[in-house]
Amino acid sequence: MTTFSQVLSEVAMLLSGPDPDLIEIVGLSLRVSVTATVLACLIGLPLGALLAIRPFPGRGLCTLLINTLMGMPPVVLGLMVYLLLSRSGPMGFLQLLYTPTAMIIAQFALVLPIVAALTRQQVEDSWKDYCDPMHSLCVPTTSAVQTLLWDNRLSLLTAALAGFSRAISEVGAVIIVGGNIDHLTRVMTTAIVLETSKGDLPLALALGVVLMTIALIINALVFSSKGKLA
Amino acid sequence: MIKNILLSLSVLLSPCLTHADNLADDKTVLLQSTTSTANSGLYDYLLPVFESQTGIQVNVVAVGTGQAIKNATNCDADVLLIHARESELEFVSQGYGIERHDLMYNDFIIVGPQSDPANIANLNTISDALTAIADTQSIFISRGDDSGTHKKEVSLWNNADTDPTIHSGKWYRETGSGMGATLNLAVGMNAYTLTDRATWLSFKNRGSHRIVIEGDESLFNQYGIILVNPAKCPRSNVESGQAFVNWMISETGQSLIEQYKLNAQQLFYPNASQ
Amino acid sequence: MLPLQIRQLAVCIDNKALLHNIDLTLADKGVSILMGHNGAGKSLLLRCMHGLIEPAAGSLQWAGIHATDINSRHRQAMVFQKPLMLNRSVAGNILYVLKLRNKPKDRLQQHLQTAELESQSRQSARSLSGGEQQRLAIARALACEPEVLFLDEPTANLDPEATQKIESQIHHATGKSIKVIMVTHDVAQARRIADDVVFIHKGAITEHTKAKTFFTTPESKQAHDYLAAYVKPV
Repeated sequence: MTTFSQVLSEVAMLLSGPDPDLIEIVGLSLRVSVTATVLACLIGLPLGALLAIRPFPGRGLCTLLINTLMGMPPVVLGLMVYLLLSRSGPMGFLQLLYTPTAMIIAQFALVLPIVAALTRQQVEDSWKDYCDPMHSLCVPTTSAVQTLLWDNRLSLLTAALAGFSRAISEVGAVIIVGGNIDHLTRVMTTAIVLETSKGDLPLALALGVVLMTIALIINALVFSSKGKLA
Repeated sequence: MIKNILLSLSVLLSPCLTHADNLADDKTVLLQSTTSTANSGLYDYLLPVFESQTGIQVNVVAVGTGQAIKNATNCDADVLLIHARESELEFVSQGYGIERHDLMYNDFIIVGPQSDPANIANLNTISDALTAIADTQSIFISRGDDSGTHKKEVSLWNNADTDPTIHSGKWYRETGSGMGATLNLAVGMNAYTLTDRATWLSFKNRGSHRIVIEGDESLFNQYGIILVNPAKCPRSNVESGQAFVNWMISETGQSLIEQYKLNAQQLFYPNASQ
Repeated sequence: MLPLQIRQLAVCIDNKALLHNIDLTLADKGVSILMGHNGAGKSLLLRCMHGLIEPAAGSLQWAGIHATDINSRHRQAMVFQKPLMLNRSVAGNILYVLKLRNKPKDRLQQHLQTAELESQSRQSARSLSGGEQQRLAIARALACEPEVLFLDEPTANLDPEATQKIESQIHHATGKSIKVIMVTHDVAQARRIADDVVFIHKGAITEHTKAKTFFTTPESKQAHDYLAAYVKPV
């Protein structure tokens, strides 16, 4: 039976010497999930804000759709991206399947609805107070979006973190479109799945501890930067 | 139009790519493989040698045999390495593969709890063992995922004239998962399961499980290697793929397979016809 | 941009006529005060004048330009009952408007000075006291350099000292010949600063008179009762 002392000694092993394989895996995890989250924020933040402040026909339906997409199972999304990027798929010519780029695309699609939906809710709530003053000042929509995003920056940072957490912790999508190829597309979560399938449960759990430690560090960095943003 | 947008998007994304990311590179082979060969560490042993001799990098996607065939049918492979002879021949006859080569073999085994509740450890044939499991309604975990191991298991039940699937959910439990996950479950449930020997020998969470049945002729496990047909898959990297297949069935490749040992035990026995 | 001419104005919300048969002309500079009971329609009329609400009937024109026309709205500014503090520094709030209206940044200091907020310029606007927030809101509105300034109960819930500071800001504005149109419940304040008073009762104007006349001999019975209630000895 796997004991916690076994796990702890594995963690100590992993963290004691700078194992180049582990560093590579952690690096790729961060690279893929951070890039996906940044891209998702670039589109999701203004999209969510627009949904909140700009009435148009079908807005309710859009909101419903985005809120529902938050619950998209990563495996399903992974399959959809796989079919798209497969050499026999409509975008096979891009030769992107089993690359980090494919993983970024899949995680981008997972994170986008989360960022957009949380942004929409947050901006809609504060729009109640901003609506009249913004109209009074004749602020154009694009500037209003910028103003609301900036003024809600602390809440939206949390939305971005929620998106990042989804990306860094999911395995279903990246294992399908990345293929868990050693030294190419292996990330923390797919490595955990692999070690579990090899029956090396202490190592799998130790990798999980490392993943959570990295998540903790990133959250702490963001948390400490909140003071400067306020 | 859409192509242009996507191309510009990929240019946008390209700063986050390195040259190593590009699978279209002539010097890479995309190998769809069964999990046992990957999990046992065989590729970690073979591929660096191949790479240093040819400069070709092999990217291994390890999935169940059924999934590997599906992916290769979608052209997402240059080479296929699996263990389900009939499916392999069908893959070739449908034109997806150029030629199938025998590569190596080992055998399947049945592992079960130390206590051996169905009392099969001293039975001679696999059919008797499966019948005994069914009669005593001892828990048996099946892959149930269309993998090579699952296909073998189905044929073994057929030989024993037993249809366990009518007991599915009772003593016969299908995981729909890979070999590793299935073994984890079997250990957790004190159950029997069929596994290939390589996966078992490299598996670390064995608990008190042990091999209860081995050595029956019908437990033979043949691995095959197939080059994906460029006529069906124009984007496949046929040159490097061919080089890899040739190397695997060459004397160099075969003797390396012979030499690979885990805990002083040989896992695969080369048998390519030259 | 004066005069403001309102003819037979009606405003309906949810099929209810909240303002009706409004006829009003504001031609003179100075401070015009809208008075009346809660729910009489004062704030609504203020919003109409600023062009934020499209009337159901009638017309509302600033020197012949329709009130909702962007050209007339650009020359006005409004401070709402609950002033919005942008989530940035005091200076940031004023700079926001200076940038929006393409005004030189160096006018910031002068606006801070008038609002007596120089020492708090780098503080977060949302950490200011109620009176300071109101002063910042007015300073921000003045940074638009408007010709007309709308104020909706700017001194509600403020202590006498804070009220006095707001009134000096208003005085400063009228000194720059900005027309001020303001809603207030504070009769004493209205007496101090009003040049003319518009009294609204249940969605209609009952009178529009010079301040002096209004506070001594109001024409309408409703205004008379309103003032009587206010000065009744305790």
